[in-house]
Amino acid sequence: MDWQTRANAMFPLGHSLTELDNFLSGSAQSGAQTIAVVGTTGHAPIGVEIALAQARFVLQTVREHPRRPILMLVDTAGQRLRHRDEMLGINSYMAHLGKCVELARRQGHKVIALVYDQALSGGFITSGLMADACYALPDATIRVMGLPAMARITKVSEQRLTELAASNPVFAPGPENYLRMGGLQDIWSGDLAARLQEALAAETTGDLRSRLGQERGGRMFAQRVIEAIMADRDVLAP
Amino acid sequence: METLTYRFENGTRALPPQPRVVGVVGSGNLEVLIESMPQGGACTVEIKTAAAGFGATWQAVMLDFHERWQLMDASIAINDMGATPAVVSLRLDQAVETMLGALS
Amino acid sequence: MNNYVNSYLESTARERIERLFDPGSFVEFLPPASRVISPHLGQLDAAVAFDDGVVVGRAFLDGETVFAAAQEGGFMGGAVGEVHGAKLVGLLRRAVTEKIGAVLLLLESGGVRLHEANAGLIAVSEVMRAVLDARAAGVAVVTLAGGSNGVFGGMGIVARCTNAIVMSEEGRLAMSGPEVIETASGVEEFDSRDRALVWRTTGGKHRYLLGDCQAIVSDSVAEFRQAAIAACRAQPTFLCLAELDQEQAMLGERIERFGAMSDPLEIWAALGVEQPAAIPMLDAAQFVAVARPRRLGGR
Repeated sequence: MDWQTRANAMFPLGHSLTELDNFLSGSAQSGAQTIAVVGTTGHAPIGVEIALAQARFVLQTVREHPRRPILMLVDTAGQRLRHRDEMLGINSYMAHLGKCVELARRQGHKVIALVYDQALSGGFITSGLMADACYALPDATIRVMGLPAMARITKVSEQRLTELAASNPVFAPGPENYLRMGGLQDIWSGDLAARLQEALAAETTGDLRSRLGQERGGRMFAQRVIEAIMADRDVLAP
Repeated sequence: METLTYRFENGTRALPPQPRVVGVVGSGNLEVLIESMPQGGACTVEIKTAAAGFGATWQAVMLDFHERWQLMDASIAINDMGATPAVVSLRLDQAVETMLGALS
Repeated sequence: MNNYVNSYLESTARERIERLFDPGSFVEFLPPASRVISPHLGQLDAAVAFDDGVVVGRAFLDGETVFAAAQEGGFMGGAVGEVHGAKLVGLLRRAVTEKIGAVLLLLESGGVRLHEANAGLIAVSEVMRAVLDARAAGVAVVTLAGGSNGVFGGMGIVARCTNAIVMSEEGRLAMSGPEVIETASGVEEFDSRDRALVWRTTGGKHRYLLGDCQAIVSDSVAEFRQAAIAACRAQPTFLCLAELDQEQAMLGERIERFGAMSDPLEIWAALGVEQPAAIPMLDAAQFVAVARPRRLGGR
């Protein structure tokens, strides 16, 4: 399903989204609000240009539309793998985008993200994962890396990784696993426009993902480790 | 991974209370965590090793170690990634010497 | 201090902590004796470390109380798993509640620990948020990057979310490693065995010239210490629109001026360095003398 069809479903009251070289931007109506929308399509690899373009849009929103909510649409194949991007410092471009999202949040903009197709680690970590809350569609793919590359780097056989990916939340790529681990707030189905409105209305105070991961049983150590350090304990709570 | 455990009695050298760790769990290396632990005078060693099948070698190294140091009420835990016996002995000695303050 | 003991590169994470901060001042949080190990490595039959590859705690730096974390590059390449990431998050959040002036992150990491896949990715993201939360609360967060594994992946991004980065020439800071790029796009794209190219592209001197790190030191724990003391005084710590506008302009300028170049030597020449090929041979002090008036990003 292309991004326009998704957008039309999410914004029945209208939108002005445009696409240029897989970079999406514009505004949209959600209920009574106008929201800013930015993101990528076409399984775009995130290189320096598209990271910077997203950051520019966020800064522009902060400057021109105080407190306007921002929706980040995620569809990416991960970071672009080129010598040129590393030479220019793609990690800085990604960090800059993440910092712009953070600034928007501090200035009172609600930031939510939706993985509407594909999300791979580096392409996602300073957009979707920097939002107040990240959501996904049920048929989205979210993963850290493709299995063949993972097998090469970890020296664990592709067969073993495939076995684990079938059943183990740590390895399985579906949004249900990210939900269970606290990485996603929720998975949207049914009336996307209504889901969006609910998300925009939801309260968010700080990064609660490790607590969510514990409550949902997908990540049982992160929250306990954080709490032990904060409470100056040398043992984890049971 | 293989787990090996050893227990030595009749040690005579007690350890100060502060646990110490030496080494890194990297290829050809190991980490040694050493603690004072009241356990009827025994010195216990638990080894988790990525190089399975070397029980006899570990046994020899451990017997040597206990002969050298005669620790009592001591717990030693090791995470090993295929270190040679020479490196294992070195780290064990480093761990005890750090404990006893001979190394800073 | 003899050369070996003073080498930041050759020191383990624990040794860096011991040798960089005021002698005997470091107190560890969740020490190895707590045995808080990775819950995920066992199913891959991989060895664990009692501290999951990161040392966190409190120390004095020139008499001031600071928090510190040091990643152990020797364990899983310093990569971040669930527990490792949570130790960093806990440290950063505690720095806020205890109103600590600065957190020093001695980073050496390949990024997300692939053996922990999804848990590792979320963990790195939480570290990123925690760094920015700490900065917003007035805590200076400073990165030191001088280890042999470099600072890559999600940690390369985290580093650029901190207030300042101190690097040695030996240090590297990037996103994807050269082997990953070579595998994906071919050896003509990036020959991972061309070490000189790797360091020209991702090493400390290039990052300094580009404006991505704020100080360059030689491979010396003593020099890292001095640079860390200075960097901790960076004020203000929090993000503001003016700073991000400036960064937006600088990053745009990089693409405009250097986007068509194929080797960092061309970038250095464009920055006004008269003998770019000589840059790798200069020691830290000589290099800074040449680079500081010409580098991007001012300061």
